[in-house]
Amino acid sequence: MATVLGQRLRRKEDPRLITGKGQYTDDVQLPGLVYASILRSPHAHARILRVDASLAREMDGVLAVYTGEDLEGKLGTIPTAWLPPDSDIRTVPHSALAVHRVRYVGDGVALVVASSRSIAEDALDVISVDYEVLPGTADQEIAMKPDAAQLHEDAPGNVAFHWQVGHAPDDVFAHAEVTVRQRIRQQRLIPNPMEPRSAVAQYNESTGDMTIWATSQNPHIHRFLLSGILGIPEHKVRIVAIDVGGGFGAKIACYPDEALVAFAARELGRPVKWTESRREHFLVTTHGRDHIEDIELAGNRDGTLVGIRVKVLANMGAYLSTAAPGVPTILFALILPGPYTIPYAAADVYGVFTNSTPTDAYRGAGRPEATYLLERMVDLFAREIGMDPVEVRRKNLIPRHQFPYHNAMGLEYDSGNYHLALDKALEMAGYEEFRREQSRLREEGKLVGIGCTTYVEICGLGPSQVAGAVGFQGGLWESSQVRVHPTGKVTVFTGSSPHGQGEETTFAQIVADRLHIPMADVEIVHGDTDRISMGWGTYGSRSTPVGGSALAVATERVVEKAKKIAAHMLEIGESDVEFDEGRFHAKGAPGRSVSFQDVTLQAYLAWNLPAGVEPALEGRAFYDPVNFTYSFGTHLALVEVDKDTGEVELKRYIAVDDCGRVLNPLIAEGQVHGGIVQGVGQALYEGAIYDEDGQLMTGTFMDYAMPKARFFPTFETAFTETPSPHNPLGVKGIGETGTIASTPTVVNAVMDALQPFGVRDIPMPLTPERVWGAMQKGGMEA
Amino acid sequence: MGRLKPNSFAYYRPNSVASALQCLATQPDAKILAGGQSLVPAMNFRLSRPACLIDINGIEALAHVEVCADKVVLGALVHHQQIHEHPSIRQHFPVLAEAAGEIGHLAIRNRGTLGGSLVHADPASELPAAMVALRAVMEVAGVDGTRRIPAAEFFVGWMTTALDTGEMLVSVHVPLSSSSVYGFAEFARRPGDFAYVGAFVERAANESGAVTWFGVSDKPEYRPMSALPRDAAARQAEWQQLAAKLEVLDEPRMRRKLAVVLAERAYQKVEEAKIG
Repeated sequence: MATVLGQRLRRKEDPRLITGKGQYTDDVQLPGLVYASILRSPHAHARILRVDASLAREMDGVLAVYTGEDLEGKLGTIPTAWLPPDSDIRTVPHSALAVHRVRYVGDGVALVVASSRSIAEDALDVISVDYEVLPGTADQEIAMKPDAAQLHEDAPGNVAFHWQVGHAPDDVFAHAEVTVRQRIRQQRLIPNPMEPRSAVAQYNESTGDMTIWATSQNPHIHRFLLSGILGIPEHKVRIVAIDVGGGFGAKIACYPDEALVAFAARELGRPVKWTESRREHFLVTTHGRDHIEDIELAGNRDGTLVGIRVKVLANMGAYLSTAAPGVPTILFALILPGPYTIPYAAADVYGVFTNSTPTDAYRGAGRPEATYLLERMVDLFAREIGMDPVEVRRKNLIPRHQFPYHNAMGLEYDSGNYHLALDKALEMAGYEEFRREQSRLREEGKLVGIGCTTYVEICGLGPSQVAGAVGFQGGLWESSQVRVHPTGKVTVFTGSSPHGQGEETTFAQIVADRLHIPMADVEIVHGDTDRISMGWGTYGSRSTPVGGSALAVATERVVEKAKKIAAHMLEIGESDVEFDEGRFHAKGAPGRSVSFQDVTLQAYLAWNLPAGVEPALEGRAFYDPVNFTYSFGTHLALVEVDKDTGEVELKRYIAVDDCGRVLNPLIAEGQVHGGIVQGVGQALYEGAIYDEDGQLMTGTFMDYAMPKARFFPTFETAFTETPSPHNPLGVKGIGETGTIASTPTVVNAVMDALQPFGVRDIPMPLTPERVWGAMQKGGMEA
Repeated sequence: MGRLKPNSFAYYRPNSVASALQCLATQPDAKILAGGQSLVPAMNFRLSRPACLIDINGIEALAHVEVCADKVVLGALVHHQQIHEHPSIRQHFPVLAEAAGEIGHLAIRNRGTLGGSLVHADPASELPAAMVALRAVMEVAGVDGTRRIPAAEFFVGWMTTALDTGEMLVSVHVPLSSSSVYGFAEFARRPGDFAYVGAFVERAANESGAVTWFGVSDKPEYRPMSALPRDAAARQAEWQQLAAKLEVLDEPRMRRKLAVVLAERAYQKVEEAKIG
């Protein structure tokens, strides 16, 4: 049988999902279901003087209205689960509904439960709240000023934490021939999965069991946290997240809303559903990025890079979301030297409270921020010394023979062949020819540019010991259980929690390959804490390298046991058994064999098992990786800027990625495509804007520009395969590479196009207005 | 149930203009529902909270396209995509068909109506400007009868028209012209978005012409030109002079510059159309 690993197989889950047969949280219907809506603060910062919900309580169909004070003693606060070490982090209290004070537009003030969603929405209208508006700001630099309004008593100066890492002393920069400095604003982004967040809770008073259907990337983490918030023992809490319509990091966090729904279900003895509107989503689901970065990159005129250091003001929003403190620290700073042999690197990071929606992981989480600043700085450095930016990269990329490589922050890159990916991308682009063409087009007055990014990404999060050392309040191993049924069909229970990544297919490939059975014989179960013993979820490009590896190990354990039983059936020694084409046969005697199904049936009948072998056939693994995995690659973009309108047209996009062994090229390409689009969204279109009073000005799709398929050319993608040496599949991770690489690639291309105008930097997104404005300022008419 | 986002409202579906008008006269705080492409989102956001919706989609008399000797009459319920595809409109007003194709996306164009777009009067939308450029006349019905309003007088300000309370737009009369050639160009931040700036340019037989801009101010801006220069530099100067006098809502530098760029691009379409 030809192996199914590495095949371009269509996704098993798609027919279900694209014909509307998915089981999303909002699809859950239960007898007696009632609906919750949440009254949210219209002010960025205000004292709550009085909440009068009497009219709402009297409305027909309204079951209850709760305010922050009603929750006190009944519902715990929302925790933060990443505490970077050696920092003075202040984990300020975060109540599920605000008590006395609201701290951002969208902060929950009251919860209404009613017999219909529309009654609940109507009831919100008649709750009267007296606010005393306080000064506040959504800008982290303003929030750090001495006279700024203070958000939390426990966080003087609005500093959530100050954290430093690395070593890049002044004399490195003093002795370097060239130092380029730049302030870069990583604008705030608003993740927009197709499915909004939703939660349904049902409490069984007689048993004490609480079931919560929720839009979660990590149901077991939600169980762990919600158990604590609700005061219900962990074994009495079940979280179900069967189909989740995208997350991009925004469904990692534990939000007040799920806790509120569960609280109401317990109080009322009725199942309660809450689904956010898109407007609510813009206001309260965690945002991403939002850094102000001051960067110095030092090097010599021969192109050698010698040091990088950065001071970051990271906007944390009004409270510290679940994983938020880890994003601008661990996930950002440790990869700062990127794929280059830069010997000195340091980061100085302030997490700052502001009157804005809390930020947290967003596709790439810290690594796009690091890659963007590094790749922009490399281009500025190349311009400064008059060298082709591709040559600067080539000169500094870690050579193949130096792997495993320890970067300046202490990470050990597992494997890489960076020059191979670079050369392949340049060849696909026809780079030399393009540069000649560009000069010709410039003479015709056309503004064309090419941008390049070479990147490395921390994937496969991660070794649990390291997770603990860097303050993540959880493990990062993964569980897998392979249950072979008497007929030889297989159910897999995985702790990974795919929500669009296609693991129902790739994981089935792993099992089908190892057990020599058809894909259709393998069912992947995920997203239910009652069915899966434990799991840490899907994020950080970890599902395939960690969850997939767990599955590979568990499947091997099935094969080992099956071999024992087969040997007994064939009356030969175990070492004489070969498993091939779905049959166990005696070495050298292929005719003497039993099928996989013969063995599975015998395993369950247990009429005649070898001594010491238990009945049934299951493999189980709790896999803790020894290291992260490090995907890498080179992306190139070709853009044309319209001189009259400032419009940027993306003409070509070339992506060469290396995520180790590719299990399913179709799915891997899909991940790359989506990632590129999301990264280009940041480069050209997206950006959250708050006004000076902390009102979100980009709270709808009318104002917040999401990219669409028609804006893009056909992507030219390819893979190189440099296996990870430390996991059984040789895989690394591909979920976030596109987002990480494409933002700097496109911005570098636009800046290249605008070289005749002497434009050094334009803050993202590069809207036509900004590009046109920069050309006007640059003065020189091309 | 359990999913409604707007406030509750009364709903009527009359099958004649007369009964629609009667509804409008008797129901306080009523709104006409046609394609619902702007009204329904506004209601879902609860930005608009009408007490009553009068759904006119059952009035077949409003859904016609009629070609007469001297004009084409378009009913208020004609959908954008119909305008975009209709052979008679393509033949007589290619610029109108082209502009209609720039509205939103296919799903929006399939539901959105001409009448809805015109009475909504978003200053950044294509159809109001197209009607001003084509010197169309609006036919408006009220309980006391109908009246006709030239497009240039119909749009009076930001999302405001000359419609009186109790009146509804029933059709648009677009005069046929054998002598004028039109061109259209627009710039949007993203394809399918409302235009940032757009322009219609007309060249008449006697070398005169006109430009109609939209997206620059609170309503379509029609500017007749006694002479539309053939010389590129002279034309550029003309655009610049006209654009300089526009009362631009915001980002005036960029918008004025784009007004000039798009007028010229629309003019180039005129030239292409003539050759074609």
